[in-house]
Amino acid sequence: MAKYIFYPGCSLTRNARAYLDSLVAINDRLGIQLDEIDDWNCCGATEYMAIHTIGAWALIGRNLAIAEQQANGSRTVMAPCSACYLNLAKTDSYMQKDAKLNEQVNAALAAGNLHYSAGSLEIRHLLDVIVNDVGLDAVKAEVVRPLSGLRIAPYYGCMIARPDPEHRWDDVEHPMALDRLLEALGAQVIDFPMKTHCCGGHMTQINTPVAYDLIRRLVHTASEYRADVIAVLCPMCQLNLDAYQPDMNRFFNTNYQIPILYFTQLMGLAFGLEPEQLGFGTEFVDARPALRRIDIEVAVAETPAGDAAPKRVKKVKEGLPMPRMPEDEETS
Amino acid sequence: MDHTPRQIFAMIRADMRDAVLKSNTPWHCVSCYYCTVRCPQEVHITDVMYTLKSMAIREKRYDETIAPDFSQSFIGYIESYGRSFEFGLATRHHLRHRLLQTPAAVPLGFGMLTKGRMDLTPQRIEHIEQLQAILSRALELEVS
Amino acid sequence: MTVESMSQTNHQERIGVYVCHCGTNIAGVVDVEEVARWAAEKLQRRGVIIARDYKFMCSSLGQELIENDIKELGLTRVVVAACSPHLHEQTFRTACARAGLNPYLCELVSIREQVSWVHTDTAAATEKSKAVVAGGVERVLYHEALEPLHVPIHPATMVVGGGIAGIQAALEIADAGFPVYLVEREPSIGGHMAQFDKTFPTLDCAACILTPRMVSVGTHPNITMLTWSEVTDVTGYVGNFTVTVKKKPRYINTDLCTGCGICWEKCPKKVIDEVFEAGLGYRKAVYTPFPQAVPKYPVIDHENCTYFQKGTCKACEKFCPTGAIAFEQEEEYLTLQVGNIILATGFDILDARRVAQYGYGRYANVFTSLEFERLSNAAGPTSGNIVLRDGMTVPKTVGIIHCVGSRDRNYNNYCSAICCMQSLKFAHLIHERTGATVYNFYIDIRTPAKAYDEFYQRVLGEGTIFCRGRVAEVSDVALNPGEEGKLVIQTEDTLAGRQRRIPVDMVILSVGLEPRQDAKEVAKLFGISCSADGWIIEKHPKLDPVVTMTEGILVAGCAQGPKDIPATVAQGAAAAVRVLARIQQGQISLEPVRASVNEELCSGCRICNGLCPFNAIMFHEDRMVTEINPALCQGCGTCVAACPTGAITGTVFSNEQVLAQIDGLLMHNVEPGPLEPAAPA
Repeated sequence: MAKYIFYPGCSLTRNARAYLDSLVAINDRLGIQLDEIDDWNCCGATEYMAIHTIGAWALIGRNLAIAEQQANGSRTVMAPCSACYLNLAKTDSYMQKDAKLNEQVNAALAAGNLHYSAGSLEIRHLLDVIVNDVGLDAVKAEVVRPLSGLRIAPYYGCMIARPDPEHRWDDVEHPMALDRLLEALGAQVIDFPMKTHCCGGHMTQINTPVAYDLIRRLVHTASEYRADVIAVLCPMCQLNLDAYQPDMNRFFNTNYQIPILYFTQLMGLAFGLEPEQLGFGTEFVDARPALRRIDIEVAVAETPAGDAAPKRVKKVKEGLPMPRMPEDEETS
Repeated sequence: MDHTPRQIFAMIRADMRDAVLKSNTPWHCVSCYYCTVRCPQEVHITDVMYTLKSMAIREKRYDETIAPDFSQSFIGYIESYGRSFEFGLATRHHLRHRLLQTPAAVPLGFGMLTKGRMDLTPQRIEHIEQLQAILSRALELEVS
Repeated sequence: MTVESMSQTNHQERIGVYVCHCGTNIAGVVDVEEVARWAAEKLQRRGVIIARDYKFMCSSLGQELIENDIKELGLTRVVVAACSPHLHEQTFRTACARAGLNPYLCELVSIREQVSWVHTDTAAATEKSKAVVAGGVERVLYHEALEPLHVPIHPATMVVGGGIAGIQAALEIADAGFPVYLVEREPSIGGHMAQFDKTFPTLDCAACILTPRMVSVGTHPNITMLTWSEVTDVTGYVGNFTVTVKKKPRYINTDLCTGCGICWEKCPKKVIDEVFEAGLGYRKAVYTPFPQAVPKYPVIDHENCTYFQKGTCKACEKFCPTGAIAFEQEEEYLTLQVGNIILATGFDILDARRVAQYGYGRYANVFTSLEFERLSNAAGPTSGNIVLRDGMTVPKTVGIIHCVGSRDRNYNNYCSAICCMQSLKFAHLIHERTGATVYNFYIDIRTPAKAYDEFYQRVLGEGTIFCRGRVAEVSDVALNPGEEGKLVIQTEDTLAGRQRRIPVDMVILSVGLEPRQDAKEVAKLFGISCSADGWIIEKHPKLDPVVTMTEGILVAGCAQGPKDIPATVAQGAAAAVRVLARIQQGQISLEPVRASVNEELCSGCRICNGLCPFNAIMFHEDRMVTEINPALCQGCGTCVAACPTGAITGTVFSNEQVLAQIDGLLMHNVEPGPLEPAAPA
C-alpha cells in the first residue's frame, strides 16, 4: 500500500461528497492509503489571497507544517481539489524560491508553534498520483466493467494544469493524463477542445451573466461533440457545471442535460462498484440516463439526431494532408 | 472588466495609481492562469492581479464592492472556524448584494441542502486559536 | 634571447615609455605626467631611456612621437601605458613596424580599463599606474622579435548549403575564376527560396529570379555541384582543409539520365513530401523535388521505395528509356582539399504544433507560413489556388497571425525578422487571388528595409484589416452567432481597447525561424560555435558578420540569424569577397601568438590534448610527445596553464614574461629612494 498524506479540502467534506466517497471506495483497489492531515484548515481558495498577502501563505502553510510533522512513511501530500492542490503547491514553491517570503511565513507560523521547511514535501494532485504512481496498467487491471460506448468529455479545469510550478504535466494547454485514464477504463474519450478552459470559479457570485456564459461554452461544446458525460476533477468545476446547469439553461433558454461526474466515480463504476457507493444521486443533472448506456448495450441513443458521430470531423479524408501529431505517432 | 490586463500595466507604468486600484479588472480575475503561461515576457500576471486586489483592500480604494465583499465574507468564516462555510457565505452575500435575486437562488440552495451538499451550520477545527494566532501575526507582518 | 642570457641588472635594452592622457579618461584620475617622470627616473636602471606623456597616444601625432624616438634614440623596446590592448595593440605595433622596430617588441599596458575607469582614489590610482608600467617594462625585456606565420591558401572553396546564400557565394567565387565545391544535402539546390511563390516587397516570382541563378551554378565550369551529399569530416586549418563528403546514392546513373521524368510518372508509390511541399503535397518514391530542379536528376527514396523495402516493383527500371536506374549504386566518399569553407546552411521553421493554443494539427484549416507558400505557389499541390484543407473550398475570411513562437520567452526570445513582411505579402496575395477578407493580427509592424514600409501602406490601402494584439487562442467553438463552422480567433484589439472574437475560415501562422535541427552537430563538425539560440556565431556582430572565430570558416545567410533575401545575398557576396581576398594573396599571415611544446620536458601525459578548443594539439604515439600545430593554435593559453611540467610555453605569454610582469607589478626592481624633484623647465 502506498501511503499519501491527504488534504481533502473544505469541498470534499460536503459539497463534493461524491468525490470523497468515490475516492474512498476505490483507494484500496489502487493500493493507496490516505492519511488525512491532522486538524487541517481551509486553504483559502482564491479568496484569502485577494485580501491578504503573508496571511494567505501562512494560512496554507499551517497545513504544510502539520503535514511535515506527520510522519507516515511518505513525503507526498495529495489533494483531490485543484484549487487546494495549486495553493499548496504554490506556497511550497514560492517559499523555496523567495527567501524573504519563507522567513515571513515561518515567522507567522511560529506564533502557532509551527514551522515548515519548504521543499520537504512533494505536493501532487490526485490525478497525478493515479496516473503516474499507480499507473494506467494497474488501473486497467482493475477494470471489470469497461465503460464501452460511453462518450466522455475530459474536463480538467484550469488550476490543475496551470501554472504548474513543479512541471508535472506534459502540456499546460492540452494535457492528456485524464484522457488516457478514461481510455484505460474503456470509455470513448472525446478530444475536448475546452478541456482546460476555466469554469468561472466564483463568478457565479460576482457576475452571473459572465459566469453562465463560461458554463454554457463548456456544456455547449461537450454537447456539440456528443458527449454523454463530462468528467471533472475539481469540486468548483463540478458545482458550476452541475448545480448551475439548470440556472444556465433558464438564462439562455437552452436544454442541456449533460451529467457532470468526478473521474473517481467513473473509475468506481468501471471497477464494478455500485453507484450508491460512489456518491451518485448528489448531482443536479441526473446521471441515470448516462448510466443506462453502460448497463445496457448501445441500442437506443438518447441524442436527438440519432447519429453518434461527432459533429466536427478533425481529419479530412480527401484534400490536403494534415500534419502528423504526436498522438498519431504513438499509435502508428 | 473595466480595463484589459495590458491596459492595467500601461496605467501602472503611467503612475495612475488611483485608477488602477479602483479598476474592477483584478476583481474579475478568476486565476485561471492562461495569461501567465502564455505571456511572451513571462510576467506573472495572475500574481500581479492578486497583489492589486490586496493593495486595493488595504487602501480601501476599490470602487465596485461585490467581489471584495464576497472575498471578505469568505475569509471571515475561515478566521472564525478554520473552514469555509458555504451556507453562511451565500446567505450573507445574497442579502447584502443580491436581494432581488434571492428568490431565484432558493431552488439551488434547497437542492444543495437536500442532496446533503451543504450544511446549515459551520464546521470548526479543533485548534482554531492556533490558526488565529498565526493569522494575527501574519497581519502584523503585512502592515509593518 | 634565452632565459639564461638575461640577468637581473641587464639593461642593454633601450626602452621608451609612453603614458597616454586619453583626454581626461585617464588623466582625470591618474597623474600621468607624474607616472612618466617616475618611470624615467626609477626605471632607468632597467633600461628606460625616455618617458613621455601625451594627450592622445593613438593619434597620428602620438604615434609619430614613438616612431621618431625609435629612429632617433635607437629604441629597442617600447611600452605604451594607455587603453586596453583589445583596442590599440595593433595600432602601436604597426607604428613600431613603420619605424623599423619589430612590432612584437612593443607592449601595451592598460591604465584605463584597469585603473582610471575603475578607481576614484587619484593617489592610489597613480601608484597603481606606476606599478602597471613597471610590470610592462619588466615583461618587455623578455619579448622576442617574432615574424608572422605564412600559410599557403588552397584556391578551392567549399560552400556548404545550396540555398540563395550559398548560390550567391559560389557564383561570385566561380566568376572570379576559382573552383568551388557546392555541397547540398537535398536532391536539388535552391533551398527555401525555391518553395516560395512571390518575394517581398517587389512581388517577384521566387522561382523566376532564382532559377536562372541555379542554372548558372549548374552549368558553371568552376563549380562542382555535390547534391544529395553531406560533409562528414573536416580536418586541417585555414588554407588547408581536408573535407570528406558523403555522396548519398541517388540510385540513378547521372551519365545516362536525361531528366525525362518517366520514372516518377510510372512510380506507383506516393508519399507525403515533408520537405519541399512542407507536408502539404505528395511525391513519388523516385522524385525530383520540383520541376526546375538543378541538377535535373531524380533520386530514389530508399525508405519508401517498394523495391528496396519488399523486393518487388522496379517500374522505374522497366520504363526508363536510357536504362539509368541503378539500384545497386552505393554511397561514395570524396576527399577534397579546400582553402576556405562557407557555411550557408539556412534555417528551419518553428514547429507550430508546440503552440497548442493556435490549434495547428488539431484544426484542419490552420496552416503554417511554409504550407501557405506551397498553397499559393503555381507549381504547388493546389496549382496556386488558395483553398482550405479539403482542397476545394475557397476561404471567404482569412486570419494571419504574426509572431508565432517569436519574441516569446516560452519559445524563442528573438524577432524572426521576416514574418511581418511575409504576413503582409500573404495578405496581398489572398486579396488578389480570392477577394477574401483578410485580418492581420500583429504586435508591431516591422518593415525596416527599402520599400518595405511602402509595401505595408499598399496592403493597408488594399483593405486588409489590421488588428493590433497578440492572438490568445484559435478555437472552433461557436459561442456567438456567425461563428458556426468557423475558426474563431480570440484576441485583444489593443488600439480599440477591447477583446474581440473574429470568425475566419482559414488561419495562417507566421511561425518564427529557427536554426536547423542539426545546427549544433554541424557546428561541432566544423569546429565553430553556436549561440544559445543555435545560430552560428560571427566574429563580431556589427563589424564582422560573415566570418567565424575559426580562421577559414565563414558563414552566410540565415545560418547566422534570421534575415531577408537581400541581406542573405549581401552576406553571400561578402563571404565570397573575403575568400577571394585570401585566395588572391596566395597566402595568409597568421599572428605568431601561439603555444609550442618543449619536447624534452613533455612527459606524454596528454592532459593538454583534450583541452584545445581549436583542435590544434596532436599527439605522436611513436615518440610519446605532444605537438602543437602553429597554424591552428590561436594562443589562448589553456594548454600552457594545464601542463604539469611547464613544457608548453606561449610566444607572447611565456612563463618568463608573466613572472617578470609580476615582479614589475610588485615593484621589485625599482630604483630605491625618493623621486628627484622635477627639473625646472
